[in-house]
Amino acid sequence: MEPVTPILEFNKTCVSYTKQTMAVKYVSAAIDRNSITAIMGPSGCGKSTLLRAVNLMHSLYPNIRVDGEILLNGENILSMEPIDVRRRVGMVFQRPAPFPTMSIYDNVLSGYALNGIRLSKTEKDETVERCLKSVALWDEVKDVLNKKGTFLSGGQQQRLCIARALAMKPDILLMDEPTSALDPIATAHIEELMKELQKDVTILIVTHNMGQAMRISSKSMFMYLGELVEYGDTAMMFSNPSDERTKAYLTGKMG
Amino acid sequence: MDKLKIRNRLAKDKALLWAVCLLAALTAVPLFAILGEVFLRGYDQLSWSFFTESTPTAYKAMKAIEAGEPIPGGIANGIVGTLLMLGMAAVVAIPVGILCGAFLAENSKNRFAQTVSYLTDLLQGTPSVIIGIVVYIWVVVPMKGYSAIAGSVALFIMMLPLIIRSTEETLKILPASLKEAGLALGGNRARVMLKVQLPAAFGGIFTGVLLAISRVIGETAPLMFTALGCSFIRFAVDKPISAVPLLIWEFFNDPNLQELIWGASLFLLLFVLTLNLLSKYLAKKWNQ
Repeated sequence: MEPVTPILEFNKTCVSYTKQTMAVKYVSAAIDRNSITAIMGPSGCGKSTLLRAVNLMHSLYPNIRVDGEILLNGENILSMEPIDVRRRVGMVFQRPAPFPTMSIYDNVLSGYALNGIRLSKTEKDETVERCLKSVALWDEVKDVLNKKGTFLSGGQQQRLCIARALAMKPDILLMDEPTSALDPIATAHIEELMKELQKDVTILIVTHNMGQAMRISSKSMFMYLGELVEYGDTAMMFSNPSDERTKAYLTGKMG
Repeated sequence: MDKLKIRNRLAKDKALLWAVCLLAALTAVPLFAILGEVFLRGYDQLSWSFFTESTPTAYKAMKAIEAGEPIPGGIANGIVGTLLMLGMAAVVAIPVGILCGAFLAENSKNRFAQTVSYLTDLLQGTPSVIIGIVVYIWVVVPMKGYSAIAGSVALFIMMLPLIIRSTEETLKILPASLKEAGLALGGNRARVMLKVQLPAAFGGIFTGVLLAISRVIGETAPLMFTALGCSFIRFAVDKPISAVPLLIWEFFNDPNLQELIWGASLFLLLFVLTLNLLSKYLAKKWNQ
């Protein structure tokens, strides 16, 4: 059997906002293809910062430094063009952010518009239908595709944002607390959806909801004060954490 | 004892509230006084011909006054000149101002952008009469004559900082997630700006443009040095041209035409008020 190559690999990845302090300290971890990996930890532990390093979001802010390596299919993204990386690494944000001036239809296709890729009308229709179906939104919105995306409920908006990211056929989908602004029913929908999507895309999700990590992820990272404290099978980590800090966090003694 | 204290405090609070309301009402007094004055005096002069005919000559006006008739003619030459110069100024100022504002909003930490931003403030504070005399040297002298072009250059310079500022401010208050979401899809900064940020900021920018227009439409001093004035309707951009505020000044200086002052003033005032109300309405509608 061929060894499974990780799709994404952090190799001594460091992120610093100022010269004195590091927000992410020497994180090394390999992410399995077509899996869901959760990044947990208390607020300010660097989990979002680590996630945002993967699609080079930090390069927008000149004072943020990212060091070490982040390998996407063996290639270091830190030396790649941000535009290339971001086409292969999609992202879903904490607050649903459909583009307010675009219709639902155009929101799904916005990645193409932003990349200057022209599609024929049939390609467009197919892409919109496929992506909205894959996030289980098609039946709800197929008659109102020309309405603004902001008319949808929070959960629908978030699914629209996932569809928008999937339209670009990314290898990896980054999710930064995608359900923390949603109600429990919408959250359940999104979680179910993620398990479905796993077949086509590798998902890396930041969450500070331990239950969520347990429900959806196969592997989990626990971060504390910028360090990757523990990384392994989610079930294993929850039943038998090897580090005292992980144990303290999971049992609610530290948050 | 305690009850008395509380009643005392409530009474004081009420008194202060009344005082504040009274002062607030006082600030509206000048506006309504001006509106009323201009309206009462100008209302009679408004007629269809007032908007379609050019300024009468002093001789014709004198004849009409002697015969006890209303002065013939109107301010059509001024309206045409104002719209022509505003149009030319806006066509250049809107794209330049929006692009500059976008640059300033995106690079607020860049030293060059900070300098430009500061200079924009200075330009906004420059007295319009000085802009007029400088444009006279730059445009009127080399072109060997007053012209609509010179007038629109002066108006362009005055509109520019207003459009830059409103674009910059509107873009800055957009949620950062919008820009990040656009970039996360692989768009470059220019495309994200054009397709995501600027459309989202459209309401604020449009309001800014309307306010810039309403601010410069009444400018008189810079046009005296540049457009000069003209007593008939003209569309040539390289010739002297009239404008409504210029006409008001001309009417004031000609004893035979003084009756026309109020009609022209009322028109200008209503035009500016309409633009202001429109911009408020659009801003509100856009924010919903």
